[in-house]
Amino acid sequence: MSSRISATFSKLKAEQKMAFMPFITAGDPDLETTAKVIRELADRGVDLIEIGFPYSDPIADGPVIQASYTRSLGKGLQISQLFNAVRGVTQSTPNLPPLVGMVAYAIIFRVGPEVFVQQARDAGFSGLIVPDLPADEAQEMAALVKQQGLDLIQLIAPTTTRQRTQKIVETATGFIYCISIAGTTGMRDQLPIELREQLKWLKTQTDLPLAVGFGVSRPEQVEELRGLADGIIVGSAIVRLMGSITTDQTPVPDALNRIGDFAAGFVKTAHCSK
Amino acid sequence: MTAAAPATSQVPDAGGRFGEFGRRFVPETLMQALELLTEDYAKAKADPAFQAELAALLKNYVGRPNPLYFAERLTKHCGGARIYLKREDLNHTGAHKINNALGQALLTLRMGKQRVIAETGAGQHGVATATACAHFGLNCIVYMGEEDIRRQKLNVFIMKTMGAEVRPVTSGSRTLRDAINEAMRDWMGSVENTHYIIGSVVGPHPFPLIVRDFQSVIGREARAQSLEILGRLPDEVIACVGGGSNSAGMFYPFVDDTKVALTGVEPGGRGNRPGEHASTLSYGVKGVLHGSYSYVLQDADGQTSDVHSVSAGLDYPGVGPEHSYWKDAGRVRYTPITDAEALEAFGMLSRMEGILPALESSHAIAQAMKAARERGPDEAIVVCLSGRGDKDVYEVARVLGQTI
Repeated sequence: MSSRISATFSKLKAEQKMAFMPFITAGDPDLETTAKVIRELADRGVDLIEIGFPYSDPIADGPVIQASYTRSLGKGLQISQLFNAVRGVTQSTPNLPPLVGMVAYAIIFRVGPEVFVQQARDAGFSGLIVPDLPADEAQEMAALVKQQGLDLIQLIAPTTTRQRTQKIVETATGFIYCISIAGTTGMRDQLPIELREQLKWLKTQTDLPLAVGFGVSRPEQVEELRGLADGIIVGSAIVRLMGSITTDQTPVPDALNRIGDFAAGFVKTAHCSK
Repeated sequence: MTAAAPATSQVPDAGGRFGEFGRRFVPETLMQALELLTEDYAKAKADPAFQAELAALLKNYVGRPNPLYFAERLTKHCGGARIYLKREDLNHTGAHKINNALGQALLTLRMGKQRVIAETGAGQHGVATATACAHFGLNCIVYMGEEDIRRQKLNVFIMKTMGAEVRPVTSGSRTLRDAINEAMRDWMGSVENTHYIIGSVVGPHPFPLIVRDFQSVIGREARAQSLEILGRLPDEVIACVGGGSNSAGMFYPFVDDTKVALTGVEPGGRGNRPGEHASTLSYGVKGVLHGSYSYVLQDADGQTSDVHSVSAGLDYPGVGPEHSYWKDAGRVRYTPITDAEALEAFGMLSRMEGILPALESSHAIAQAMKAARERGPDEAIVVCLSGRGDKDVYEVARVLGQTI
């Protein structure tokens, strides 16, 4: 059975396009705005949307995303409210791109993996990324996620050995999240040269689509990755625009417009087939 | 669920499991480094030359073995079991933290790395790491929560004097847990040339193993000294538990001595409501924090709770996985001591014995005083006096409404 995420990547591949996947933090500044951002991004033609579940101790994330989590949790955001809000959007909006949840395992374990995955499916998520659940510990989650017809997206880092890579691609579904640089999420000027080599080798190891994230912030970087990766993920830049609603009192419609324009720039480059 | 099997000292397994606890819940970026560290540490542990070098450092630089001291006046005052203090406060730098910092600094050199990062709460681990790095000429960066920097100015000054850079952490609760987050983040981007000297028996495998092993010198000495002084093992061993490094080091060599009662003392703070204490094992739930599976203080969504303790070294919302294992196996009993009780013990030990204990250790002293009263004069209690209290005098004065 082909998942929504696989179908999305297959369709883009047939059209020789790359996928563009923006990341947003749920609940910053509030869930009502999150719903608006999801719709705005969908209107601008993004291919998938990654939704970050705010967590109190996010070690994989850089300062921009952590600050957004802190703002969101500071307002008392609860996971059940997040699921309700996302369900509200998915049930009322036709043709939404697949939603992928980025969730710390601390949250999943506390809610209960089985319950959590079911709630994620009911809310309309198509896949989950659990950044602190390495392949070594992912068997149970992989089985649960599969049972509910979702994908468990796994990460490969620049430090991942070839031996580990083989273990990871065995349990991964949907796509492989390729971390471009050793470090946390955040904007970087350049993508490292080693990334090219790693992506080329990865292509020989798996048929899963490869999406590159961490450190991607400019449409030109999409060009660098064309032919090597099947998609790109942009996080901190959009989260910063969202944060400006709180930090700079940017009116919500203005922030939505800026985010929309930013996303449209990426979509245009990613979808320009060559 | 079946009853837990009795605790054994033969943990963790190759996957870092202490029973069900421990393991690795970290971003993929760190997995390779943790696997390499596990291998390098296993080789170092088995290498007599490495162990000899560490033993010489502990003797000549730290001043080990430190005494097992009979607290005669305190014993008389309590009117029960004999109280013996394992004097980690007499170590160079004034706390048990140096045992681990030196061991891991040696490991850093062995791995060919030149840069060290560390986190610190009370500042004792930061000072110990800065000291070890100065001794070996390693670059040292210490992450410390802004709130802790306020509470522990003296240690901040010492670290800087030793040549370390102290980086204030302003995210989250601005205490130890956020300092750990920042150190982990640094390590994700610097793992090629940097070793993270974690200060407690927490974090992903192999850290809980490494720190326990380096701290076990406390329990090994205390056990041998008990046999020498008492002619037998003590009836009870007591130590305070924040993340749990001095207690893990103290308890581990006694784990298989099933007749010795082991008591871990948690920071009870101002009461048992969430946010008022940091008694992870007494009031927490099983969960994931800082890369390992253990008891944690968190809400129903898995978000880490805010914690409180008068002692900056104990206000941590997690605890080492081996402690969780000991708790569930029934090998160690964990009990809270309040801020007020700890402050009273701080004053009591000072007046009765002329020993100024750290606020962390004061928790263990308070519990020992309670336990001694419930035991007879033929019985003996060994307490880990994990550090000296000089660093705490400003905070104690502030809490007592006095000025220095």
